[in-house]
Amino acid sequence: MRRIISVLLENEPGALSRVVGLFSQRGYNIETLNVAPTEDTTLSRLTVTTIGDDRKIEQITKQLNKLVDVVKLVDLTEGAHIERDLMLIKVRATGAQRAEIKRCTDIFRGQIVDVGPSVYTIMLSGTADKLDSFVEAMGDAAILEVVRSGVAGIARGEKVLRL
Amino acid sequence: MELLSGGEMIARALQDEGVEFIYGYPGGAVLHIYDALFKESSIPHILVRHEQAATHAADGYARATGKPGVVLVTSGPGATNAITGIATAYMDSIPMVVLSGQVQSHLIGEDAFQETDMVGISRPIVKHSFLVQRAEDIPATIKKAFHIATSGRPGPVVVDIPKDLTKPDEKHAYEYPGSVKMRSYNPASRGHSGQTKKAVKLLLGAKRPVIYSGGGVILGNSSELLTELAQMLNYPVTNTLMGLGAYPATDRQFLGMLGMHGFYEANMAMHHADVILAVGARLDDRVTNTVDKFCPSAKIIHIDIDPTSISKTVQADIPIVGPVDAVLKDMMSLINQQREEQPDLPDAVALERWWQQIEQWRAAHGLWTAPRYETGGPIKPQQVIESLYRVTDGEAFVTSDVGQHQMFAAQYYKFDKPRRWINSGGLGTMGFGLPSAMGVKLAFPDSDVACVTGEGSIQMNIQELSTCSQYGIPVKIINLHNGYLGMVKQWQDMQYEGRHSESAYSNSLPDFVKLAEAYGHVGIHIEDRAELDAKMEEAFALKDKLVFVDVMVDPAEHVYPMHVAPNGSMADMWLSKTERT
Ligand SMILES: Cc1ncc(C[n+]2csc(CCOP(=O)(O)OP(=O)(O)O)c2C)c(N)n1
Ligand SMILES: [Mg+2]
Repeated sequence: MRRIISVLLENEPGALSRVVGLFSQRGYNIETLNVAPTEDTTLSRLTVTTIGDDRKIEQITKQLNKLVDVVKLVDLTEGAHIERDLMLIKVRATGAQRAEIKRCTDIFRGQIVDVGPSVYTIMLSGTADKLDSFVEAMGDAAILEVVRSGVAGIARGEKVLRL
Repeated sequence: MELLSGGEMIARALQDEGVEFIYGYPGGAVLHIYDALFKESSIPHILVRHEQAATHAADGYARATGKPGVVLVTSGPGATNAITGIATAYMDSIPMVVLSGQVQSHLIGEDAFQETDMVGISRPIVKHSFLVQRAEDIPATIKKAFHIATSGRPGPVVVDIPKDLTKPDEKHAYEYPGSVKMRSYNPASRGHSGQTKKAVKLLLGAKRPVIYSGGGVILGNSSELLTELAQMLNYPVTNTLMGLGAYPATDRQFLGMLGMHGFYEANMAMHHADVILAVGARLDDRVTNTVDKFCPSAKIIHIDIDPTSISKTVQADIPIVGPVDAVLKDMMSLINQQREEQPDLPDAVALERWWQQIEQWRAAHGLWTAPRYETGGPIKPQQVIESLYRVTDGEAFVTSDVGQHQMFAAQYYKFDKPRRWINSGGLGTMGFGLPSAMGVKLAFPDSDVACVTGEGSIQMNIQELSTCSQYGIPVKIINLHNGYLGMVKQWQDMQYEGRHSESAYSNSLPDFVKLAEAYGHVGIHIEDRAELDAKMEEAFALKDKLVFVDVMVDPAEHVYPMHVAPNGSMADMWLSKTERT
């Protein structure tokens, strides 16, 4: 099963490599990884999506918790949550295709953020599934480049992950 | 406040931490530190002959004393040489602080002379590591390193220190912190009371119980509590390779070691148990054999300080995360309470029947009830350990290397006390025996310290004979000389139709007696069984001498019992070259 694990990490040198190293060392899989500082400059927030059965996920969360640099973590998939992935996608856009791509972008509530004589760069955010669908919907249009932020997530309602 | 250089702060911090020995080897990146040690420090420094030996010596010291071992090495090759010893300590959860020099801060990342990314290389084999960024941080970082290494589930911590931070001419205010608080590191201090209650209920309801205890009981200084608990219930106890000595081996309730080369009665009892109390043990593959066939009818209570050890390989029915001592204490008071209400617990009739069954197993194939090896012909390795046991009254510290000799030592030396059996269980590091014996002997100069080894293993750190000369470390080396990488040969005999691929040395072995003498030690050669005890006594009578006892043993001997693998259960064992369960 796919899980979204969100981690508060000490903003220390090497902390990220310990997390990533743990996954490769123990043969856990990383689908996406997103990490950035938080409002508290001593902490980073890292979100990782991974796949495994319940026992594996339990081991992953325990192993993460055991890392000295990990302050707290939550498996967001255990409760109601919001997940967002950000995608920038550059596509070949010429002739009739330009209107078609624009229409499709509108349907997905994306934005064309850069326009060239023969390319569009589109920004789109949403669940990982939605971004996948958009890529599929681009169909014939030649995709030149795709970059995604990886999933970031947060629990719904009152629940918070903080110190 | 006192002003000290970075190098001086390191020397002082180690002193303030109460460090008794530093095991190390100098080099460019740590010269400022060594100079500070020369000028400032009263801590004895043991100059080894290879950095791997420094880590093993510190490790042996830590296992025997319970205090953290301290290592100091230079950058690059000094640091990489230490890696095997760090991994060894990590696998067995041994508290250790390794200080490594690093190239100057501004050179990091430039492939400078003797630069290696020590924090990176050691990452998967440390409990934690630090790359010190500012000289002012040195005291607090060292304090944290010791705190992390020794608390919770212990382990090695690396502190990598760029050379420029240790400069003699830059002084900083020095104060050694009295305590540490880390928001991200808080090991459990008690077990969950609800879980403990459930565990006690299950334990008291058992009809075929086994207490299976591991290295965690020794690391958690809980041998006495475990013994008390087992004896108040009259439950049988088995110890892992790492847990030997946690329960007195000569007590009737002790079933011997379990696992791949475990005792028949221990493995059988585990396999047929209905309740297993696993304490400070991690159900690793050398114990469980095929996980799917592990103890089919048992409910498992698993106590460990490290939650990741629980349900990692075998699902626990009642997990309890907490320090072994606190949990055992809670369990015992609950047991007493419960038995006041229900004095007929546990079921005495069932327990009696269980003990009868165990005694039958023991009588049939127990290693200590009758000799399980041929007594004619060349000296048997088992006999050497029995002789060692007699001569040292069962009181010696015994370190070992890795191979058949290690298993024979574990099977035939009856350890009644914790911290006396010192071996690399998790990593299985050949070369561990001699340097770890040095660390033990330096800490316990008045005790007998024996290193049981093989001619293969001893040569992996034989250079330490020189260190032993320099500091006068009179350990006794008991070389079970079978002329082979015996454990490799055993597997080749059993699984590769006796094709001994690269497991012999074709007459290239040194004369170990002369070799010992060349280093200024005493060598004793034994070939004749009739001389075994007398010569063993002679060796231990030479209190102030390192004695290399080279005993020629039967090269054909195998270690039994041995789990049948793959696909065997705990109860599937080879009992000899021809007998199977
Ligand atoms: C550093 C290292 N390399 C290889 C091995 C694999 N290994 C395990 S036992 C063994 C043979 C050990 O030979 P010896 O020290 O003579 O002991 P014996 O088994 O003969 O008693 C080997 C090569 C190991 N455990 N450690
Ligand atoms: Mg050998």
